[in-house]
Parts: sequence; structure tokens; C-alpha cells
Amino acid sequence: MSILINGSAVALPDDPRVSLLDLLREGLHLAGTKKGCNQGACGACTVLVDGERIVSCLALAVQYDGRQVTTIEGLAEGDALHPLQQAFIDHDGFQCGYCTPGQICSAIGMAAEAKRGVPSHVSADLTADVTLTREELQERMSGNLCRCGAHNGIIDAIRETVAAEMAA
Amino acid sequence: MSIVDTVKETAQGLVQGAMSKLVPLAPDSWVPGGVPDPLIRQQHGLIGTSVSRLDGPLKVRGAATFAAEFPLEGMVYAALAYATIPRGRIAAIDTAAAEAAPGVVAVMTHLNAPRMNPPAVFGSSPTAAGPADLPVMQDDRVHWNGQPIAVVLAETQEQADHAKSLIVASHAAEPSTTSLAAAKAEGPQQGLFMGQPLLNQIGDADAMLAAAPHKVDHVYRTPRHNHNAIEPHAATIAWVGDELVVHDATQLVTAEAQTIADVFDLKAAQVRVTSPFVGGGFGGKCLWDHQILGAAAAKLAGRPVRIALSREGVYRVVGGRTLTEQRVAIGADADGRFKALVHTGIAAMTPHNNMPEPFILGTRGGYAADSFKLSVETVTMNMLANTFMRAPGEAVGTFALESAIDELAVELDMDPIALRIRNEPDKDPTTGLPFSSRHIVEAWRSGAERFGWNDRTAEPGTRRDGEWLIGMGCATGTYPYYRMPGAAARITLRRDGHALVEIAAHEMGMGTSTTTAMVAADRLGLPLERVSVGYGDSIIPGAILAGGSQQTAAIGAAVIAAHHALVAELLKLAGNDSPLAGLSLDEVGSEDGGLAKLDDPLRRESYVSILDRAQRESVVVSEEASQPLELMHWSMHSHSALFCEVRVNAVTGETRVSRFLGAFDCGRILNPKTARSQFRGGIVMGLGMALMEETQFDERNGRIMNPSLAEYQVPVHLDVPEIDVIWTDIADPHTPMGAHGVGEIGITGVAAAVANAIYNATGKRVRDLPITLDKVLI
Repeated sequence: MSILINGSAVALPDDPRVSLLDLLREGLHLAGTKKGCNQGACGACTVLVDGERIVSCLALAVQYDGRQVTTIEGLAEGDALHPLQQAFIDHDGFQCGYCTPGQICSAIGMAAEAKRGVPSHVSADLTADVTLTREELQERMSGNLCRCGAHNGIIDAIRETVAAEMAA
Repeated sequence: MSIVDTVKETAQGLVQGAMSKLVPLAPDSWVPGGVPDPLIRQQHGLIGTSVSRLDGPLKVRGAATFAAEFPLEGMVYAALAYATIPRGRIAAIDTAAAEAAPGVVAVMTHLNAPRMNPPAVFGSSPTAAGPADLPVMQDDRVHWNGQPIAVVLAETQEQADHAKSLIVASHAAEPSTTSLAAAKAEGPQQGLFMGQPLLNQIGDADAMLAAAPHKVDHVYRTPRHNHNAIEPHAATIAWVGDELVVHDATQLVTAEAQTIADVFDLKAAQVRVTSPFVGGGFGGKCLWDHQILGAAAAKLAGRPVRIALSREGVYRVVGGRTLTEQRVAIGADADGRFKALVHTGIAAMTPHNNMPEPFILGTRGGYAADSFKLSVETVTMNMLANTFMRAPGEAVGTFALESAIDELAVELDMDPIALRIRNEPDKDPTTGLPFSSRHIVEAWRSGAERFGWNDRTAEPGTRRDGEWLIGMGCATGTYPYYRMPGAAARITLRRDGHALVEIAAHEMGMGTSTTTAMVAADRLGLPLERVSVGYGDSIIPGAILAGGSQQTAAIGAAVIAAHHALVAELLKLAGNDSPLAGLSLDEVGSEDGGLAKLDDPLRRESYVSILDRAQRESVVVSEEASQPLELMHWSMHSHSALFCEVRVNAVTGETRVSRFLGAFDCGRILNPKTARSQFRGGIVMGLGMALMEETQFDERNGRIMNPSLAEYQVPVHLDVPEIDVIWTDIADPHTPMGAHGVGEIGITGVAAAVANAIYNATGKRVRDLPITLDKVLI
């Protein structure tokens, strides 16, 4: 019984009440995943499970037996940065930095959804291939709150990297 | 406020009043800021260049350590139980089941909490940081609905949260005031802000208003707001012998350490507060009950404590911006010149704090008029203490004032920008002081051109795209330049040519640590990579509040003072064998990694060489900033000209902001990259204030009804258009680096710009924030 977190097998917690978020932050000291509301409303705790974005505060850790979880700490090795992490710095896509890991993980999961052709609320054609326009990115990232108001920089960073990669 | 407090405040006010009368008489050279900072003239340094945040790599990797992320050996987790009445007492509290629950280490209530002094309320002394003057869990009294009544400590958060649910409390309610109508019926009091009454009367404004040929006279309402930083308040707290360590998320490490020391009868040096990263503050991350409760519980249990408020807990324990009701009346002649400017009204407060949302501050210096009547009165409600939130006063005051000016422009059939420029004052209209630097007209002109203001049609409701009505609006934003006393800086210059600059300041995302490094590097004549900055720790000398948009100015002045002391020390060390021998302090400056004679830069010696010869590993200097007398000599403000385009759905009443431009006049911009983010961030919060934000307060029982990010709406990505930002970049000769604050100006005026655009789109004038769909449809 274990979860693969950033490639390492981690035992499930004894207490079934422990959320995936609290397992990461308190059990494993992987504090890069943030707790903003603990009720699925802010997106700060977003991680990737088998490549899909979820809010880890609403996930019980024991339900993730055998799944692969990637957190912000798992996006790049050591001091290296994922291209999206670098783009967030280049475009000043954050101020306090607290929502940032969730925004970055969410954007990576979002790009995968778009690649699979998953439409959004603002998609005009539900069956067409997705083009990640600015409006599509804004809609698809709206589950990740930012209170410092770095929205423009966040969208610019995503457009420059994951969205551009898709368009290529 | 008690009578004693009122007397003390009045005395403070008298002293300040007397000082402010004397200082303008002093010659410029006596006053800090009278001689411009030499860095203003320097054109080839780091200041003015876009530098990415130096802590950026840490933050994007999730490696920045926030307050709830310090693991301590033997640490226990806290959960809070809250009162459910607005006023009265705890009749009984049964904690037996909670104490018996698995993992529980202790349950603290007023019955077993350590004895503590009440915290000194913010503003009552220079080091006071308390949210109110109430004792914290010392008796059975309940002062607000949501007051913590028990702290559960357990080995895990899950255990603490469960045990908390087992506490059974009964309350004995006493008469309370929880509706605005009842509070008003009890009679308003004159608001006092920083010891002085929020009251200005110049001429007979009532008579001049009555006689004016053109006038508007309306009431504007703004609701309660919460800061909603994405990081909830948290502290990790440990007693180490008689010393207390608090890893906190705070905007005032020094004052917090002193106040907590006083609460526990300790010396200031026995309390250390650190705050290396703050996950958003906006005025909310100060001292509240949870840090004191966490420290008390840690003492009771003999274990380190992590107290991380739930999102609901933030709404119960941490106050927000209070509600206001503001009357703005403007009388004007046919040319639009203001004959009378009336801005009066009320803000709600509690019996135990003193934050009378000072919504007239921006009006005091905003426009010329022949007469003024400005006043803030307070009414008292039994609720959680209200507090500062981004641009306290101006954020809501500019909504009323700048909406009224738009209404007057309609009445006069004048362009609203032309009306504002017509009433541009040549000196501060209420104090008579000269402006230190005011270029708002330039901001208006450059902004109007860039935004395409000329494409606006004055007639409302005339631009339409399908079911969407399109309109443009504008407003002025304003926020004072502040620089508070008490700032200090410590510079450690090492033999390897590296400097460490330490300031008791805070990084909540403003870019302070980056900008401080840039300014210090230019000041010391060092490259950026040879300067590091220490901050966010109460053991650093001095006190620098991250508030009032003053941090950069306060740090700037402290670094000026410390640099001065460093040069003096280096000259002493240089001695007779140095090329600098015989030169006085006034003759040398820092450049290119050393000291040089100002008018003969070839006569120089590097820092490394000076320290080598003196055989010193380092030089350490610590110095306090000069007193902020410039504030008494000039009227000093940041300004903005804001332009907004909205699309309002004619069927649903939904407003979408399609374009926004802020043209700012905030002195010299130090780091365009982070300053732009500050401006945009303020504007985004202003969009929220305009269209969606409201802390809903149950007037029957004083309980906040929407204590979550699901029910308190903040702008999300799809709500935020691309925000264009420009600035005049004209240095203020009377401030450090020529800079003004940029943290709060962004939010001011935004709600009015949106409301005015909605009027232009629809012909509907909404004077009651937030402008939700229902209000547009009525």
C-alpha cells in the first residue's frame, strides 16, 4: 500500500482522515503544495495525479494507493527550473508566491486537458480541437485564485510556454 | 475608547498639530528631503531597471518557507472553537470529551489559560500592535460572534479538529448592537485618526453649496471587505526556556515582538518574531489573537505549537475593512469650479479598537474648492475589530468622491477629465502646504491619449455590441506618501567586498527584498550580486511597518543613514596611507566598489583594499533613519489617472471589464517589473471591490455569513483583463530615491472608474458597492 510521490514510494497514512495535502505538507514536509482554504475553493493545493490536476485538500490520501503524484517539488531536479517555472519569473507571474505552486501545477494539467480536446465553458465548438487563446487560458485557470493580482503575468507565462508548445 | 485614551490621543494630536505648524517655517536645509538624494541624479545604476525577483526561484519551486512550514521537534497542532453570540459571557464550557479524545494534549479555555496582560492596541504607542485592547481568553466575556473560546492541542491537525467538535459551550447573551440602524440610533462619535479629529471645515460649505448654481448631493455605501490573502494566518511557536520564538506571517515583526513581550511580562529581547515570507498581507497580517493564543497554549502544554487558522478561522479572528456610508455634495459654478466640497459620513467600529476608516484623507488634498466640510464619524457595533485593508480610507473614499465628480460632470455637461483638471489645486487645499511632487495632469493627458478616451460618447447607453452595452469611465486615485519614524538599517561590509544589508522589514510580495538590494547596491556602488538583504526578523535593529505604502521610503532613508555611518567608519579605517587620506565625509561618495572623492573620482580606494590594509574581516554599522519631517513640510501623495471600459449585459446586468489603464504619478519607479505588478495587483483588488466583494454580516447576531473563498467572491483569471500601466517617472526631490509608495495607490479610484463606466454604458448610477447584477437591472 503506497503512493508514488515524485517517483518515491510513500506509505499510506494510518489515519484515513489525512488528506493528500496534509500527507504532503505535514507527513513528508513537501510544503511546496499550499493550503489556502482546505475546501477546494482556491486551487493553491493543486497537484498532478497520473498527469491530471486535482485539489489535494479534497483528496483522502488513502484513496491514492498505487497512483503517481507529482508536486511542485517534482517538476525539475534540484535547482533546475521547469520552463513554466522560469516563465513565471520572467513575466512576474506572482508576488507573494503562495498560490504559485498551485498555479504552475494547474497549468501543466490544464495543457494536458486541452491536448486531449477537453472543451471549456468558453469553447465555442465542443468537439473541435482546443486552441488555447487568452480567454481559454483565463477560463481554464479560474479555479486557481491569486489575491496579489498577478493574473496578467500568470497568463503571459502560460501562453509563452505550455500554450505555445501546444500550438507548435 | 475610554476617556483616558481620548485625552492621550488629544494630547498627541496637540503636539503633532504644534509641530506641523512650526516645521513649514524652517528652511529647507533643516529638513530631510530638503537636499535631493544623490541617487535621483544617478542614471546608470540599477534603479529604474527591471530586475526579476531575487526570491523568484525559491517561490516557483515551492521552496520558500512560510509560517506554517517550520517543522519543530515535538510540535502539536492547534484548533480553535468560537463563540456564537455577539456579546455576553460563556455560561458553561464542557471540554471533557475533547480532552479524552485520541491525541489531545491539552484544551485551553479562559479557565486554565496562563495569566496575560491585554495587548496594547495599535496606535496607542509606537510599539503597540494589538488588534483591540481586549484581554485574550482571560475571562468569560464574549465581545464578538466568532471570538475564540477554546484552543485544542493535539498530535495531529485531524485529531485537534475532531476534538474541537466535541466541546460543548453555552452562552449567556447580553444586549448587543449588530445592525447599522441600531448603531446609528445610538449616536455617532467624531472619528480620531493618528490622534487628530477626522474633521476639516474651511468656509461655510453648507451655504456655498446651497448657493451654487450646479450641484450634486448623494450618499454612497461600501460594505465590509476581507483581505483574503491566499495564505491563511498561521504561526509556529516555541518557548525555549524563558524565550519565545514565533515564526509568523506578519507585517510588523518588531512591534509584534514588543507587544507579545508585554502580554507575557517579558523583555522585548526575549521574544523573537521571524517572518521571512508572507503569503499576502494587504493590511491583514498583523497581530491578532491567534499568535497570543498559540504562545499561551505552548506555555500551558510545554510543547511547540502550530496554530494555522482555517479559512473560516481567518474570518472569525482577523478583522477586515469596515462598512461606510458617505455623503458627497459638490457645488460648482458654471465653469465647473468647486465652490463647496462636502464629504461626510460614518464608519462602523467596535468599542475596543480605533480604526475609523478615514475615507476623507484623499479628499483633503484632491481638489481645490472655495469651502470644505469633511468629516468621518464612527458608530459602534459589537463585532470583530475592523482594521486596515489596502488603502484604508482612500479605497472607499475615492469611490464616493470620484463617483460624485462624474455625476457633477454629467450635470455640467462637461468632460469628467476636464472637470478634474479645472479643479486641480496649486497647493494642498486644506493644509496650505506646497505639494512635493504632483503631476496628475500629465498622467491624465498621457493616459487619455493611450486609452483612446476621445472615442467615448458622453451620452450613456449609446454604444452597443449585440446584447452588450459598452461604456468608458475614469477616476483619480490618490494615496499619501508616508514615512514612519523608527526605521533603521545595519550594513555589514565584508573584506571580500560583499555587503549584507539588514532591515526589520517584510516581503509580502511587493518585491521589497529585491528592490532593497537594488537600492543598496546603487547606494554602496556595488553590483547586485555582491549585496544580500536580511529582513523579516525582530532581532534586526529598528522597526519598519509594512503598511501605509511606506516600507520602501523607510528602508531608503535608513540605508542612507547607515551608508553615511559606513563611509565615516571606512574613512577612519583608511588612515594616512590611503589615497582618501585627509578627505572629509562630505567630500567622498561610494562608487564602483569603493570610496572616491566626489569631484576627483580618480582619487579612490576600494572597500576590499581599505579592509585589507586595516586587517579587518568586516565593518558593521547600524543607524536610524532621520525623522520624517518632510511630511510636515510638504503635502506628499501618489496619484493616478484611471481609465476603464466595461461591457454590461443588457439582459442579465452582468458587468465585464474589457479594458483598464492606470496612469500613475508616483515619483521615480525603482523596479518597473515589480512596481507594475503592485499597480496591477491593486487594480485587480479594486475590480473585486467594484463588482463582487462583500463580507456578509448577519445583522441579527453579528456573525459573518460567508467565511469562505467559495462565498466571498474575489476576481478570478477570467475577470481580469489585460491591465495597461504607465507612469510619469518624475522623481520627487524630497524623498529617498525620489520614490513614492506604490502598494496601495493601485486600488484607489478603481471602483469609481468602474461605476462611472457602467453609468456611461447603461445610464444606471449605482452608489452602493459591490455593483452586482441585480443593482444594474433595477
